[in-house]
Amino acid sequence: MSSELPAAAHPAKVVFYNDPRVRSILYQLALCAAVAFLVYGAASNAIENLARAHIASGFGFWGHTAGFDISQTLIEYSSRGSTYGRAFWVGLLNTLLVAGVGIVFATIIGFVVGIARLSRNWLVAKVAGGYVEIIRNLPLLLQLLFWYNAVLKALPDIRDSVVLRGGIFLNNRGLFLPEPVFKTGFGAVLFALLAGIAGAVIFYVWARRRQERTGQQAPVFSVALALLVGLPLAAFMLAGRPLGFEFPQAGRFNITGGIEVLPEFAALLFGLSIYTAAFIAEVVRAGILAVSRGQTEAAYSLGLTPGRTLRLVVVPQAMRVIIPPLTSQYLNLTKNSTLAVAIGYPDLVQVFTGTVLNQTGQAVEVVAITMLVYLCISLGTSLLMNIYNSRMALTER
Amino acid sequence: MNETGHSGSLLKPAKLKTATAVELARVNKWYGDFHVLRDIDLKVMGGERIVICGPSGSGKSTMIRCINRLEEHQAGHIVIDGVELTADLKKIDEVRREVGMVFQHFNLFPHLSVLENCTLALIWVRKMPKKQAEEVALHYLKRVKIPEQAQKYPGQLSGGQQQRVAIARALCMNPKIMLFDEPTSALDPEMVKEVLDTMVHLAEDGMTMLVVTHEMGFARQVANRIVFMDEGQIVETNAPEEFFAHPQHERTKLFLGQILR
Amino acid sequence: MTMAEGDLAVTEIAFVRHSTIGPRPPPAAMTGALGWLRENLFSSTFNIALTVLIALLLAWIIPELVKFLLVDAVWTGADRDACLESVQHREIGACWPFVWERLPYFIYGSYPIPQRWRVDVFFALLAIGIVWLLWLNAPRRDLAAFYFFVIMPVSSFILLTGWSAIGLQPVDTVLWGGVLVTIVVASVGIVFSLPLGILLALGRRSHMPAVRTLSVIFIEFVRGVPLVTVLFMAGVMLPLFVPESLSPDKLVRALVGIAIFASAYMAEVVRAGLQAVPKGQYEGAMAVGLRYWQMMRLIILPQALKVTIPNIVNTYIGLFKDTTLVFIVGIFDLLRTIEVARIDPKWATPVTSTTGYVVAAIFYLIFCYGMSRYARAMEARLARGDRR
Repeated sequence: MSSELPAAAHPAKVVFYNDPRVRSILYQLALCAAVAFLVYGAASNAIENLARAHIASGFGFWGHTAGFDISQTLIEYSSRGSTYGRAFWVGLLNTLLVAGVGIVFATIIGFVVGIARLSRNWLVAKVAGGYVEIIRNLPLLLQLLFWYNAVLKALPDIRDSVVLRGGIFLNNRGLFLPEPVFKTGFGAVLFALLAGIAGAVIFYVWARRRQERTGQQAPVFSVALALLVGLPLAAFMLAGRPLGFEFPQAGRFNITGGIEVLPEFAALLFGLSIYTAAFIAEVVRAGILAVSRGQTEAAYSLGLTPGRTLRLVVVPQAMRVIIPPLTSQYLNLTKNSTLAVAIGYPDLVQVFTGTVLNQTGQAVEVVAITMLVYLCISLGTSLLMNIYNSRMALTER
Repeated sequence: MNETGHSGSLLKPAKLKTATAVELARVNKWYGDFHVLRDIDLKVMGGERIVICGPSGSGKSTMIRCINRLEEHQAGHIVIDGVELTADLKKIDEVRREVGMVFQHFNLFPHLSVLENCTLALIWVRKMPKKQAEEVALHYLKRVKIPEQAQKYPGQLSGGQQQRVAIARALCMNPKIMLFDEPTSALDPEMVKEVLDTMVHLAEDGMTMLVVTHEMGFARQVANRIVFMDEGQIVETNAPEEFFAHPQHERTKLFLGQILR
Repeated sequence: MTMAEGDLAVTEIAFVRHSTIGPRPPPAAMTGALGWLRENLFSSTFNIALTVLIALLLAWIIPELVKFLLVDAVWTGADRDACLESVQHREIGACWPFVWERLPYFIYGSYPIPQRWRVDVFFALLAIGIVWLLWLNAPRRDLAAFYFFVIMPVSSFILLTGWSAIGLQPVDTVLWGGVLVTIVVASVGIVFSLPLGILLALGRRSHMPAVRTLSVIFIEFVRGVPLVTVLFMAGVMLPLFVPESLSPDKLVRALVGIAIFASAYMAEVVRAGLQAVPKGQYEGAMAVGLRYWQMMRLIILPQALKVTIPNIVNTYIGLFKDTTLVFIVGIFDLLRTIEVARIDPKWATPVTSTTGYVVAAIFYLIFCYGMSRYARAMEARLARGDRR
């Protein structure tokens, strides 16, 4: 051992390529260079290939006339007057429609099945379990095709439509419902509905305050229900029933009038709801199981009824565990709605990345815009979820 | 029984209607084929403090959980202060209002504050106004000596503090009988004393208590009777001094030999 | 209410039991079939109503299903007449002759018939790899990983696409179809997603900001968009980004899309596993002097992967189902071959479509359910291993 260690005025010098900091910087520079090289190469190839195929660049196509029809439009759209940009909005609204309604159905079915799986009734639990196992192990596309081709397209032709009471036609071109026509005075019904909502909220707040003051409880649920249903109903009657219907008329080859529910929409809706519900059921089941049995026992031993125990002790704790994976299932449903392109439902992907891309040939712009839309939906929801999580975390040491 | 809230009456110890607080007569229970409680006969008078001990699996917890119907017995009778426990939901509710229970793992509601844990049942079962409920809750939190933690959440308290809150929560309903299921088994050793002290004070105030525990020091200090159970049946009962000094049954001697050093 | 006499002294404090009570069987109403029925099906009025309702529902569905699949089914025939009600004068269930005739198409697509042995060899190689890798008591499982992720992909590629040099006639991917394509797409996804996912997960946890940022951007971007758009991107944009000479064929484009997509999801699963490895393991490895890649390969990754095997298998189940989406970009996977077959006029009957979908359902149920059973068994095994 050397007895002459140099005085450590400063730390020993390291060969620069062994210094971890230098190495790290070198690696990162190399990585960035590689990525930049790839991006540059891809971009220059793309420019060359696009030029060769005489495809335009840029977003000018947004204002060009579309020139194609869309089978379901929630806003004004015509093949002759509307632009590609308009088609984009039509597609987006269709996506949001099917995703929104799908989320509602999937949540209801999912919660029922999830709770059913925990039932003491063996038959109920097993049937719910069977549903979940089978639906989760079959591809969504298969289920969609089944609903569309084997069920809805197998309905009779227009000439042999199934006619239901109330002037409803069911055939392989869709479900034709009477279209409500709102006459004057319907505004009063809407107003009554708003009043009912306000009234229910006010009653709820008042009942809570009264319970805090005097301990007495009020039947909030029944009163709220009565207000929400009764007030609009009363207004409807008093205003002389201001609601008419335009009934679908069966012509020789067509049905005119009324509201048309496309089989594509129905198939997508059923498929998405039933599929996502199976996953939601598992999320709900895990959430309820996450609340330990001791919580229910403690509540029972204090004298709380099973109903109150569920509402005040189990559900608040279960919801904390359920909501994050639940929103991720909602996102999955929204992303899965893009399978619409396989059955021809005019959602955003089918209209924009399908028809518009085919007609303009501007693949890069169109695909980029579509992905951007879904990215915004996903990232936005994640952000909200993170905020929710940090606010709801149980206070611990 | 108290239905509506009157904080005055909740702060005075509740009086039993009959002399016998709890009576179990030929109670039998099975889990599937397993005979977990065999011919249990036990009579607890008002104001008595019973300590129940025995090896694990002997059915002690099951027995006291049958008293407030957290478990169901299949044969025999259980009568709490004159009310027989059957499948009748109204009777079960009556009994649960008058019997308080403290669990081994506290089972405090983590999403509610300490004060809210105590007032929950008062507001929703005894239908008390919020202010009154909070007064009652604070009274009992003072009694277990942690009134300053009222606004904290269970996750922020130590084990001993949580168990004391659990005791206060049970006391808020002014029960006539208190059941304890191994209240100190999940606590770190330095916190066992604070909980046992609380239970001793409770006993001094005249509460009828059934305690499942291994804490023999507590038993000696407070119990009127020690009940030793093994394999689902009551093997031996006696007053504490006699029980520890002169155990009669073979299995009692074996058990005491194992737990007393 | 009386107390029993005999061994019991009731009101005295002291009591000693002289005779032990042996265990007795529970009362008849509790046990056996009757007791179980009471407990589980008929314990309350609500439950009774539910049981009756569901029993009725099942009594309607199950016989219908059996009727369709077996009783009313047609088992032999040459064309649609065998499965038409108007011709056979009876109710028709599933049209199995349709399946028998088109089964080779469902399995091989349009792969040239004399070369189909190569597909069979591919299936066999894959099966060997899977069994070797998953069977826990298999010998030399480290070699199994090398076989599965290196040898098998390369040899399968040569086998299926052909290499004139060794006498294997080239077969264009356009001809591939059915189960062959489904398995190829799923296998490529599985084989590529795990290594790429591991790299991405390590990148995301890296201390180098550039590496971390790029990984995060990639993962969040790919996870935030639907698989359909990724496939479209691969389908229409990939040919633009590569020089004309290299223009990839349709199947390759779809495979690239699937591989990218699966890697991002696998990255998150692996990341969860890495987080589950205690910090002490990293410290211990560094203390012994292992460098980064050695530490990862020898200590950290084995533990991380073992912990998340159930999640990895669940991701594979999702991947297997997602292979059906290549349908949308024109690849002839099993679902697409069934779609093509069912609209064939030779077999056009009202039951053809349903029969086709039943075949697909059986295929996917077997594979996906099998994988989920494996995942659950692994989960149970891991849980057992943790108990001391």
